[in-house]
Amino acid sequence: MSGAAIEIEGLVVRRGDAEVLHGLSCAVESGRVTGLLGPSGCGKTTLMRSLVGVQIVESGEISVLGRPAGAPALRERVGYVTQAPSVYADLTVAENLQYFAAVLGVPRGRIGDAVERVALGPQAGRLVANLSGGQRARVALAAALLGEPELLVLDEPTVGLDPVLRRDLWETFASLAAAGATLLVSSHVMDEAEHCDRLLLMREGGLVADLTPAELRERTGRSGLDEAFLALIEAGEGR
Amino acid sequence: MSPRVTGATAARVLRQLRHDPRTIVLLLVVPPLLLTLLKYAFDQNPAAFQRVGGPLVGLFPFITMFLVTSITMLRERTSGTLERLMTMPLAKLDLLLGYGIAFAAVGAAQALVASLVAFGPLDLQVAGSAVLVAAIAVADAVLGMALGLFVSAFARTEFQAVQFMPAFVFPQLLLCGLFVPREEMAPLLEAASYAMPLTYAFEALRRVTVDGALGAAGAADIAIVLAATLLSLALGAATLRRRTP
Repeated sequence: MSGAAIEIEGLVVRRGDAEVLHGLSCAVESGRVTGLLGPSGCGKTTLMRSLVGVQIVESGEISVLGRPAGAPALRERVGYVTQAPSVYADLTVAENLQYFAAVLGVPRGRIGDAVERVALGPQAGRLVANLSGGQRARVALAAALLGEPELLVLDEPTVGLDPVLRRDLWETFASLAAAGATLLVSSHVMDEAEHCDRLLLMREGGLVADLTPAELRERTGRSGLDEAFLALIEAGEGR
Repeated sequence: MSPRVTGATAARVLRQLRHDPRTIVLLLVVPPLLLTLLKYAFDQNPAAFQRVGGPLVGLFPFITMFLVTSITMLRERTSGTLERLMTMPLAKLDLLLGYGIAFAAVGAAQALVASLVAFGPLDLQVAGSAVLVAAIAVADAVLGMALGLFVSAFARTEFQAVQFMPAFVFPQLLLCGLFVPREEMAPLLEAASYAMPLTYAFEALRRVTVDGALGAAGAADIAIVLAATLLSLALGAATLRRRTP
């Protein structure tokens, strides 16, 4: 283990009247792809927003790359991609990336690399408004890759993508991790767990399990990850 | 903050506008068209056109920049791009000044086109310098931008943002002295007019177009317009939160 990129202790978050995270504690190893999995509405996005420092937190400690979450020094070291593609629909792909590159202070030469990584080369000159949902999501991802961040927090990056692109993206994530980056990738599709080094399973604002895909199968005796997750819930572990 | 990020933000806002040519045409063509309309509406009373035409050249950019900025900023909030920027190395001031520079440029273009038409074919006469009228128009555009930025924090939908125009801009237009001299208003309204930044914008324009020069009082009016702009920007910055519920 090469140390923890993220350490969370007793995280409580309220949104409106509801408590969304109830004293959650977990750690994310650095240099790995960690999957954050669980059904829609279980608090994955709230946890990710807390990590990148845009969520008002009720109580708890979050340490990201050795600093408190949201510290100004982290803004150049952490990349965040929201679930809805947060890019400018009235700009072209290239113009979006030029702007984010300028904000990050990285050379324009990286724009081409980022575009290639998400396979959007032919669309670079097109308006984001005219792209498909999956293409827009990739523009948002490319913008996060520009800064070559040490930690990438990706909220459901593969939703709505075709199987070939999904596989390519998971390969990209693995190669980024191999190069030393830490990735936290959320999904509500259990099959995606296969691509992760480690899994954090969430349900109703709490952590159900922290294990590898192999351990999940072993512990539940199920080969399919979907059934394994269900078996884990039904066994009442962790809650 | 950094000049690089501020400049990039201004360029980005202008690029967004460039991809929307119809809006550019509307921004540039509507004010001269309205001035033309006004001239012929006052066909039998050319003195009235001469009285309100000059100040209006300077007030159009205020109105349009208020609306354009509040909608643009609302989109930035609802599309998630603001949240993304807040996780990036961008100072709030970079964003606010970037918007300010971009919309001041648009306001200047708008004032220039309106001035060319008004002082040319429409034969609008002003006692003072037409260049000064255009310069005050740019200051008014930035004031409108700053107020729009601040007010957009209170709108959750574009419907609401559009309604802020009659709610925030119309009372200022009605009470600034353009339609009725302020001393002829009910005392309460006259008092209220002193609390509205557009009153000072109009006063400065009136001094140049009617009196022929700004004078010390006009300079004070412009100082108040600039102070109101800075105050709105500061309030706008306070509504830009990195952390949200």
